[in-house]
Amino acid sequence: MKKQYNFAALLFTVVFICCGALLLSRDVKAAGEGKITGTVKLDGVAPHMKGIDMSKDPVCVKAHATDPGHLETVVAGANGGLENVVLYISDWSGPATVSTAVPVFDQKNCMYTPHVLAMDVGQTFKVTTSDPTTHNIHPLPNPMTGNIPWNQSQPPNAAPVEKSWKAAEVIPVQCNIHPWMHGWFVVVKGPYATTDSNGSYTINNVPPGNYTVTAWQETYGTTVQKVTVAAGAAATADFTFKAK
Amino acid sequence: MRTRLQRWSLLLGATAVLALPMSLWAQLTQYDVDARLNAESHVGNTTGHAKSAALPYRRFCVGCHGPLGDGNGENAPYMQPPIFQQPRDFQLGVFKCRSTPTGTLPTDQDLFDSITRGFDRSNMPQWNTLSKQERTDLVAWVKHFSPRWANEKPGTPIVIPPEPEVTADRIKAGRDVFARVQCWKCHGVQGMANGPSAATLTDDLGRPIAAFNFTDGSRPKCGDTDQDIYRIFMTGLDGTPMPSFADNIKPEEAWDLVFYLRTFMHQHSKEKVLAKQLGLKPVDPNAPAPTQ
Repeated sequence: MKKQYNFAALLFTVVFICCGALLLSRDVKAAGEGKITGTVKLDGVAPHMKGIDMSKDPVCVKAHATDPGHLETVVAGANGGLENVVLYISDWSGPATVSTAVPVFDQKNCMYTPHVLAMDVGQTFKVTTSDPTTHNIHPLPNPMTGNIPWNQSQPPNAAPVEKSWKAAEVIPVQCNIHPWMHGWFVVVKGPYATTDSNGSYTINNVPPGNYTVTAWQETYGTTVQKVTVAAGAAATADFTFKAK
Repeated sequence: MRTRLQRWSLLLGATAVLALPMSLWAQLTQYDVDARLNAESHVGNTTGHAKSAALPYRRFCVGCHGPLGDGNGENAPYMQPPIFQQPRDFQLGVFKCRSTPTGTLPTDQDLFDSITRGFDRSNMPQWNTLSKQERTDLVAWVKHFSPRWANEKPGTPIVIPPEPEVTADRIKAGRDVFARVQCWKCHGVQGMANGPSAATLTDDLGRPIAAFNFTDGSRPKCGDTDQDIYRIFMTGLDGTPMPSFADNIKPEEAWDLVFYLRTFMHQHSKEKVLAKQLGLKPVDPNAPAPTQ
């Protein structure tokens, strides 16, 4: 009898200590969060982005009277920096939804702004329209992932559409009325960032640890790098995609 | 063939080459699909069981929809979009004709109605010749192909207010809705499916698809009653370019739009008579879109 009590007491103590350590360690992580920053560049000459014929809709033509629309499959700056690249942690083991922002995908001048919208699984995002012509917002996920396609009209002055996605996936978005309109919803788990016009990015709120960071670009695919984030510090990870 | 090894290598190679495309088509295997053989359906007072539908499906449906319900039956290659749409891939769980909002599953009644009514101007016949029990069983069988029904309930059917009386004012108001949400972009200002965006329409799988032509005598794919037409634009046809207008058209206005759409259609109707009396002209595509 006494042996059993001893064992029970020992087991209880061990479990108690482990739980305590787990709880304490979580607080320590939050306090020492760092970030991952860097640049994504294109090695080589960026392909020419063709102009878009928007004559199907005179409203779109008018909106681009002085500034013609171009395809946005590769948007490279003067110094070779690639815009619209999504950076995320592909071996993230924390909660899938870390961002509390509500990112906005706008239909403006018959183009999607931004061209690529990154978000977490389960994160609410909004689709708005700033155009005086009707659009339909029609994301095309693969239903087998758990993300279900939907299709809603957005006439001029329509209210925003608020949605979220269930699974990590790169989802093409299109407008059926204006077939040149192509965008992307890149749904990931954990912290993420998208490069700006200089190809620069910063992934914030990264707890200390070793991570694999993946860069995704719609034409060039993905490339990975291993990164170690120290408590409260910024780790650097630069990526290069080779032009075809 | 010199050696046995060469012969076996050839056989193996040939098998691999033939088997590979098959495995890429079917997203789910027979094993996955069989996990849901207990699927049930409820249509009115009738309960359907997937297991009872295995034989009718093999007899009537597998030729187009395929043994794994992915639309790759042996007849499928002969259906050329956009004239004839391909058979539905039930594994995706995405359906055109629903009473439920876009992005949600149809109800069992919706699937039953689709089987019964068939799809006009497509290779899907009217199966009203099968008994109600057989069709209800087949609804359960259709459901068993997709894992969505295991995890998700069908959407809540939209509420359709009682149909008002057809009046000239309502038809004029319907024309305003048609102009405001710009249906004519695909359907054309006279409903002839010749709008500026009609030629480039593709379905969710990238295949060419045509907008509905109201004028050539075809029946809308999801039924030809006023309620059916109401439902079509208030829920959208999932899997196609046709969106849901539920957030942009109020229920009262929706009836006005139904009446206006009737004025395009071949069938004689009170709406056509009134439109003629009004001397109603088509919407002007060059006018700026009216605001709400």
